[in-house]
Amino acid sequence: MWDYTDKVREHFLNPRNVGELPGANAVGEVGSLACGDALKLFLKIEDGRIVDASFQTFGCASAIASSSALTEMIKGKTVDEALAVTNKDIAAFLGGLPKEKMHCSVMGQEALEAAVRSWRGEPPVPHTHEGRLVCKCFGVTEDQIVKAIQENGLTTAEEVTNYTKAGGGCGDCLEDIKEILRLTLAGDPPGKGQEAKKAAPVLPDLRKPAAPAAAPLSNVQRMRRVMTVLDEIIRPRLQQDGGDIELVDIEGKTVSVALRGMCTSCPSSRLTIEGFVQQTLQEQVEPDLIVKEVAA
Amino acid sequence: MSGPVIYMDNNATTGVAPEVLEAMLPYLKDQYGNPSSMHSFGGGVEAAVTKARTQVADLLGAKPNEIVFTSCGTESDSTAIYSALNAQPDKKHFITTRVEHPAVLALGQHLEKKGYTVTYLGVDSKGRLNLDDLAAAFTKDTALVSVMFANNETGNLYPIEEIGRMCRERGVLFHTDAVQAVGKLPMNLAELPVDYLALSGHKLHAPKGVGALYVRRGAPFRPFLRGGHQERGRRAGTEAVPSIVALGMACELAGRHIGDENTKVKALRDTLQERLMASIPEAIINGDTEKRLPNTLNISFKYVEGEAILLLLDQYGICASSGSACTSGSLEPSHVLRAMGVPFTYAHGSLRLSLCRYNTAAEVDLVTEALPKIITRLREISPYRNLPDDAQPGDGASCSCGIEI
Repeated sequence: MWDYTDKVREHFLNPRNVGELPGANAVGEVGSLACGDALKLFLKIEDGRIVDASFQTFGCASAIASSSALTEMIKGKTVDEALAVTNKDIAAFLGGLPKEKMHCSVMGQEALEAAVRSWRGEPPVPHTHEGRLVCKCFGVTEDQIVKAIQENGLTTAEEVTNYTKAGGGCGDCLEDIKEILRLTLAGDPPGKGQEAKKAAPVLPDLRKPAAPAAAPLSNVQRMRRVMTVLDEIIRPRLQQDGGDIELVDIEGKTVSVALRGMCTSCPSSRLTIEGFVQQTLQEQVEPDLIVKEVAA
Repeated sequence: MSGPVIYMDNNATTGVAPEVLEAMLPYLKDQYGNPSSMHSFGGGVEAAVTKARTQVADLLGAKPNEIVFTSCGTESDSTAIYSALNAQPDKKHFITTRVEHPAVLALGQHLEKKGYTVTYLGVDSKGRLNLDDLAAAFTKDTALVSVMFANNETGNLYPIEEIGRMCRERGVLFHTDAVQAVGKLPMNLAELPVDYLALSGHKLHAPKGVGALYVRRGAPFRPFLRGGHQERGRRAGTEAVPSIVALGMACELAGRHIGDENTKVKALRDTLQERLMASIPEAIINGDTEKRLPNTLNISFKYVEGEAILLLLDQYGICASSGSACTSGSLEPSHVLRAMGVPFTYAHGSLRLSLCRYNTAAEVDLVTEALPKIITRLREISPYRNLPDDAQPGDGASCSCGIEI
């Protein structure tokens, strides 16, 4: 049995601010039914101040308690003050969480960021962060892992799993996580910062191997290359996981694809498209290709 | 939590029966002799161990010399599997299932690292094995098949007799982990084609820390623990006399009450199931309702998470289990439900209620009253309950990206 603090139990048994919020002008959603926990956060923001907050949560006791705590913590705060609330603050408010449950507090922080983005009219980003997909099971990206390491002073892969869930499924990405951990602790985190550094001097050749074509591609050339990369690199990868992808159309630089098999129901499918398919095509064919998922 | 405990988690462990405690007490007090001693003080104790062996053998329809006492079900499983494999060093193939208890599953994974090929048979959506898959899995290299008698999570029963026959026809040894089945189902190993069968005391109202392994006469045996000549050299280490006496008494009691399991206990379980299914929408039963232990109900509720259900049940003093990810400390729902392809949307909200002969109709009333309220309450908190079905994120199917056992 989990060793929950009295405050966690109390917020679980008597959660504050449950339900939809009438007049909410900011909504943030993270997680999914498939992942086992999800949080929908409603905020009512007036003159840059959060005047009311509520939540709906699907998840375990600590997920419900973390959500309840978050709404109590941010009510009355300005948006900027609220954004300064970290997952550590949420855990501290509850008198601590079992280490295996820290990801519940991270979920609160991410929902808050998503809600503020929606209020600012920015597009919602699945799982809050962009970046290379590391954990396929739970859809966790490199940037999320780096952030969790930096903000919480994590030093082991096990801690990364406790805070982000990454590596808690099939475990295939544990070596990758260890490498991210090593680089981050060495003060050289991969992902965002790294790309910005590299992006400055050269144009398309952001990443290592196959150099995208220097000269502009003709439509026919582009189509051929996209098909080759799909067949030789992308599809075999997805097929390993019981999924597949089909090329539907190429119009200009927009590649329309349809996911097949296991991918269709996978909660990480958007990350599959953006983080893997688009990234691979950009690396291998043209750096400004856009991949769009269509139902076909 | 205060007030009486309503214990419906008997597949996890059971309470020690009063008769069992009474039987073992003298061996914790005055009769502390070592059964191996030459004096009559120890000899009297040896007689108690002999009696217990007969009691266990009688429940199984086995001969006393086919029973080896061990410390737990896991030791029995390991002993049997290593016996069979070490006796046939040339054969490097082991067949088991994806729904085994970790006592077998984790050993299978370990064996893979030691150069064995292991086939894990899959199950259908009700958790049933397809015996054609088993037939196709045999190779000339197959040393052993291990299939559980009954599944701890769903209560599913597996066709042990057919599997045993298939093994025998091919000259392959057969082990079954019967930890959940012994005491709940009548058994006659004199007829059943099983070479090794593992059982555990604490699942049938004996204390924790004692188990037994049935080894068919003539089946190869290699001791797991080496040392003294106890258990006729098959399991070294001074006998845990009080626990062994307790196991013997528990088996005798189980034999006496085995009718109740399939009448009284089953009736309680069925009432529980009917009422919960009638009063809680969007619930499914996990497992094979046609072939299931009489005491087990595994039920899943959509939109809610198992750990939250358990903690709210705990407020009523009700003890149960869940296959949810959050209860296990791992991040994924139970390997059994995943092997069955139970959608994650349901797997996270699974609840196992496992009864025993000490449960009452009044307790069933209390659970069937409390649980619908709990599910309603959690669904009120959940963001998913108001969405139309086609808008449910990640709904309707499982995500199997990279997720294998």
